[in-house]
Amino acid sequence: MINLLLIIFIVSLFVCVTAIRLKTFIKAIAFQGLLLFGIFFLRLNEINTLNLVLLLLETLIFKAILIPYFLHYLIKRNKITRETDPYVSNFMSLFIITFVVMTTFFLANTLKGGVFENIYFVIASITIFTGLYLIISRRKIITHVMGFIILENGVVILSLAVGVEMPMLVNLGILLDIFVTVLVLGIFAIKIGDFFKEAEVDHLNRLKD
Amino acid sequence: MIAIYLILSLLITISVFIFRNKSVSVSLVILFIILQWTLTVYEYITLNTVQFLYFTPDAIGIILLTIMSILAPMSFLYSFIYLNSRGDSPKVMAIYLSALILLITAISTAYLANHVAIAWILVEITTLSSSVLIYHRRTERSLEGSWKYIFICSVSVSLIFMGILFLGLASQQAKAGELFYSNLIVHAKYLDEFWLKAAFLFIFAGYTAKTGLFPMYTAGIDAKDKAPSPASAIFSSALMNVGFLGVFRLYSITARTNVHQWASSVLIISSVLSLIIAAAYMLRVRSFKRMFAYSSVEHMAIATVGLTMGPLGIFGSILHIIFHSFTKAGLFYQYGAVNRVIKSKFISDAGEYFENNTSGALVLLLGFFMVTAIPPSGMFISEFFIFKSLFQNGYLWLIVVFAILITVIIWALCENIFRLLFYHPPSHKDSTEIIEKVSVWESVPQFALMITVIYLGLNPPDYLVQLINQAVKSFG
Repeated sequence: MINLLLIIFIVSLFVCVTAIRLKTFIKAIAFQGLLLFGIFFLRLNEINTLNLVLLLLETLIFKAILIPYFLHYLIKRNKITRETDPYVSNFMSLFIITFVVMTTFFLANTLKGGVFENIYFVIASITIFTGLYLIISRRKIITHVMGFIILENGVVILSLAVGVEMPMLVNLGILLDIFVTVLVLGIFAIKIGDFFKEAEVDHLNRLKD
Repeated sequence: MIAIYLILSLLITISVFIFRNKSVSVSLVILFIILQWTLTVYEYITLNTVQFLYFTPDAIGIILLTIMSILAPMSFLYSFIYLNSRGDSPKVMAIYLSALILLITAISTAYLANHVAIAWILVEITTLSSSVLIYHRRTERSLEGSWKYIFICSVSVSLIFMGILFLGLASQQAKAGELFYSNLIVHAKYLDEFWLKAAFLFIFAGYTAKTGLFPMYTAGIDAKDKAPSPASAIFSSALMNVGFLGVFRLYSITARTNVHQWASSVLIISSVLSLIIAAAYMLRVRSFKRMFAYSSVEHMAIATVGLTMGPLGIFGSILHIIFHSFTKAGLFYQYGAVNRVIKSKFISDAGEYFENNTSGALVLLLGFFMVTAIPPSGMFISEFFIFKSLFQNGYLWLIVVFAILITVIIWALCENIFRLLFYHPPSHKDSTEIIEKVSVWESVPQFALMITVIYLGLNPPDYLVQLINQAVKSFG
């Protein structure tokens, strides 16, 4: 069951990479929040109340509802056009990510323990790579933020790999995730939209040598 | 004491933010400085004892904490001068001051944290507070600077977290228990090599955003460029030391394992690349602040190489960090005055500083000798130690590369600083333009910093040498 959810998670990454409209992208992010909730729920067999509350807060409320809602709000408030504006064609992106998925699986196979011991590491590294790829291959600042959110999802999955033994680290990771995302999104919402109307990266390249 | 310090300084931060009254904030800042010094003295007395569960003042932590406490009152002094000259509204001033207090608190406690995760949380708090300082001017450029800083630091903080997870895996197999640095050092031999390597790579890459080394150095450059100069002084001294300490602690764990050689080569590669970048950008910078920022990258690279070269190199590297903090802070404080006199941040507009502000010009001249490690400077001694250790370990090619790149950097620094001091622009400016007079007293603390660097280099006091030797011993 967990493996199925993880595979669907990878498929949602493909959707993010090939999305033409920002709305599709946001829907995929919301869906990832739901998937994360399922993965967490199945993975952590012993749950105390604090963990459960934090987990619900993080995945269901924060990742699946609040962030997508806030992204919608940002797009409306700053009148961002609806395309994702990649530098690279969608076909190339799809090709690159598929390549990454395949190589990660093969590499994980060579590690001791085999793929299914390391499945969380595999999925997490694919997710983190996809997040970084989205950050460098898109033109709009808001897509950078979305790439960062995907990267954070990867970190959360990674913490699951260790998490059963070290719940303190998982909780810390979740708190970091919430804190940083609020910080980054908050700055984006309040300030950048006011200064730069179109909110594209081209406006943010004046500090250089 | 650390708990009291944390609570009191948080209270001071909040009340500076709420009251927004000049005399109230001045007295609160003085209170904070007293608190900071009390903490420093107390931690020095109770060296190597566990406090508040997660904090242990060790030798290197105390050295860096003392640097912070020396720089803190100066930064506040120059901040008040800066804020007065700009005539900011009380609200903006209050935000600036409380962010500065929070930054100093986070930096000081990060030096003392003995738990990997606690140190990491405090590093994240430094990101938050410094981004407020970067945004102080509220222009498009400063927004760009703070956005880039937040974004890159957030990515780097995620990287550090991944590294901590890997470290957790490594320590699980060694049954090392909680992730205390002291625990990890004791159990270093039993850590799993693969996960330790992964942890080292990720945590090092993450901390470079603060240290200013190769993969993530860009964030720091923009930050120092856009922040007000008293804040930049802290960014390029105490805040860089936070990152350095993170690398230092982690590297001292790997130094007891088979991964040591591998980790050393990671550090050497990163610092050579940083030095190349610093030299390349130094030749084409257009503003003084960015030039000083790249010079910080250079010195951090030298110190990092020193870490990998055995006891003598580590000794030199810690000494280098101390001298670099004082010198660079002094130069950034002086830059505040430069900016008020020439009213432009670009090197192309600079000139005639010697006539307009003689005492400040002397500080710059002295600072130039310090930062390029020309003999009366203490940095000459520390760089000499580092190069000697390189020689002893047979890294001749590294010395050649470093010598060439450092020559380029010295040439660029020389060209730009001497232009500022002595160059006469051919087209005379409007003679009606009033050039602001800078009081001689303003330069006195900067002179004191520079003379400290000379004095500590020539005649280091015994307790300092003992502390550094203790820190070197943590490498086993």
